[in-house]
Amino acid sequence: MRQQAEANICSEKDFAALTQDRQWRQVNRTMRLNNNQPEALIETLHAVQDTFGFLDHQAMAYVAHVLRVPLSRVYAVATFYHYFSLKPPGEHSCVVCMGTACYIGGSSALLDQIQQSAAIGPGETSKDGKVSLVVARCLGSCGLAPAAVFDGRVAGKLNPALMEEQLERWLSHDPEA
Amino acid sequence: MTLKHKDLQQIAAAEEQRQQGFQHRIHVCQAAGCLSCGSREVQESLEQVVADRELEQEVQVKGVGCLGLCSAGPLVAVASADRLYQGCAPTDAGSIVDGLTSTAKTDADGAGTLPFFSKQHKIVLENCGSIDPERIEEYIAAEGYAALYTVLREMTPAEVIEEITRAGLRGRGGAGYPTGLKWSTVAKALRQTRYVICNADEGDPGAFMDRSVLESDPHRVLEGIAIAAYALGAAQGFIYVRAEYPLAVKRLRKAIAQAERLGILGKNICNSGFSFDLQLRLGAGAFVCGEETALIASIEGLPGKPRPRPPYPAESGLKGCPTLINNVETFANIAPIIRRGSDWFAAIGTEKSKGTKVFALAGRVCRTGLIEVPMGTSLTEIVFEIGGGIPDQGRFKAVQTGGPSGGCIPEQYLHMGVDYESLAQVGSIMGSGGMIVMDQSSCMVDVARFFMEFCMSESCGKCVPCRVGTTQLHALLSKITQGRATPGDLATMEELCDLVKNTSLCGLGQTAANPVLSTLRYFRDEYRAHIDNQRCPAHHCSMATTRERP
Repeated sequence: MRQQAEANICSEKDFAALTQDRQWRQVNRTMRLNNNQPEALIETLHAVQDTFGFLDHQAMAYVAHVLRVPLSRVYAVATFYHYFSLKPPGEHSCVVCMGTACYIGGSSALLDQIQQSAAIGPGETSKDGKVSLVVARCLGSCGLAPAAVFDGRVAGKLNPALMEEQLERWLSHDPEA
Repeated sequence: MTLKHKDLQQIAAAEEQRQQGFQHRIHVCQAAGCLSCGSREVQESLEQVVADRELEQEVQVKGVGCLGLCSAGPLVAVASADRLYQGCAPTDAGSIVDGLTSTAKTDADGAGTLPFFSKQHKIVLENCGSIDPERIEEYIAAEGYAALYTVLREMTPAEVIEEITRAGLRGRGGAGYPTGLKWSTVAKALRQTRYVICNADEGDPGAFMDRSVLESDPHRVLEGIAIAAYALGAAQGFIYVRAEYPLAVKRLRKAIAQAERLGILGKNICNSGFSFDLQLRLGAGAFVCGEETALIASIEGLPGKPRPRPPYPAESGLKGCPTLINNVETFANIAPIIRRGSDWFAAIGTEKSKGTKVFALAGRVCRTGLIEVPMGTSLTEIVFEIGGGIPDQGRFKAVQTGGPSGGCIPEQYLHMGVDYESLAQVGSIMGSGGMIVMDQSSCMVDVARFFMEFCMSESCGKCVPCRVGTTQLHALLSKITQGRATPGDLATMEELCDLVKNTSLCGLGQTAANPVLSTLRYFRDEYRAHIDNQRCPAHHCSMATTRERP
């Protein structure tokens, strides 16, 4: 059943509609700038993720169609690279750096704190969809170890208490947060 | 449009005049480290104060690249008075502006004499912290693009390669392959379509040199790439940069657009008949893409898996054409070498390692940040004089270089000068320049486990020794840190290290065992304490209760 439904989304007619869709403008532009060459696959997936926050089946099928590459290759690339996510992100994102300097500086304790406060591990989103946790290899902010990125903002010299504070603000239904 | 030498000089002169029009110049660090602790707000507040007091004609406030001392950010430097304010808040703006006209001494005075700065020798970072990275005019005023112009108008490609060869520059990506030799191999290749690639996929955890260079002085890298392209006869080039560095990506895009507008990149550069098109390619978070052949696969839009070499990319790389791949820092060294000559460059450093090296100093050390020292500078000088030693009366234990491919250097080698050979001798590597200092609170077995976990997760899975070997090594190391290991495990581990090292396909697997081997070599007693006494000398591993980290 599910496969049937997905096949329906991915018909030629739907693809034609997407080329005009305003939401897909950045994606279409990226592919056009690269003359729809298969080499543009990674660039295009970046554009999809920038626009929608993750890569879903429809997006992968559409990109495969326009760039004329097998869907299997799109899937291979999307799953090979850590940067791409196939799951929708939570409302807020928390990226904890696990680079050497941050590890030495105690980033494991930050992860433990998140597990305790939000009951999520790396790669997971909290049940209410509020917070997603991602672990980064190195943010390159080693001078500020341990560091994390909260909704695109780098925060350095963290400790479990500061982490708890940030999570509190997100998890409580405070519109100011 | 074609740019002439006169035009370059005019841009430089106009910019210099603009700078000299100001009595006081305030530089606010706008690199990633300081930005994350609020340097943008500090700059806005300074601009506001200057505007309120109607000092816009006399005082210039500008954002610059990395000022180096990342741990003390946000940093504000008064360039006209050798002052450096550390840990600034927006509310400090008033007193900083007050200080411009007062003669009273402050704590911020004499920044140039601080050991953190006075011990350094800046070539790659010479413009970092003094120019606005988003304005090409400032780069040109700092002798920027003069080297490219000289090369295009006065030198043949062969002469350029000769000059780089004589300078003795070696690849700054880690392995230290002679740059001139690499260039001449590509130049000699038979196929006429050639590519230049700049490897800005800085994946080592604990390294942020390339990011800082790209964020602070992007034009320097573009100039180096363009010179290489001319020397090799390449018409197209790519910069492969991590998507995790949004600021570096933004500044590179801007820099390329500015250079194209002035005719420094693009068709018929400076009316020399040489055309070069440079594009950005974003990585997507795969450490293995730092390996040449994997990087090429990634630029072609494929999963970044390495292939056996030979053929080397110099003969058959991107789309089967001869391809030069150099690291960001290597390219950043090219323009100064052309400008000041190979003899000048060759006089810096040691016999076999010329020039300087940029290190990202981090970990348990008082002053962390970005430093550049001549090759051969001793670890003591780096850790204790520049870095200011270990904080909280801690005791130095080891310094880790080379990231997951490197090793830990213990105290007895602190006097050793840092160059490619000496680091290799003690079982580590130069690597791209991450330098993490560890004190007595770090457990060396756990550090080895940390790096093995990294290699295990980053292994692309193509070859068995790396895919399976790193997993098994990680399991053994976890057993040790959990206090469940038997004496036999140590022997198994050593055997496995040897196997992974000698039979893996690419550099990732071949060097994955290095952190284990080097810690075994210098800290075997720590391994023994974990195994024989179920005790962690650093009190780091909670033994039996340590849970698996992801």
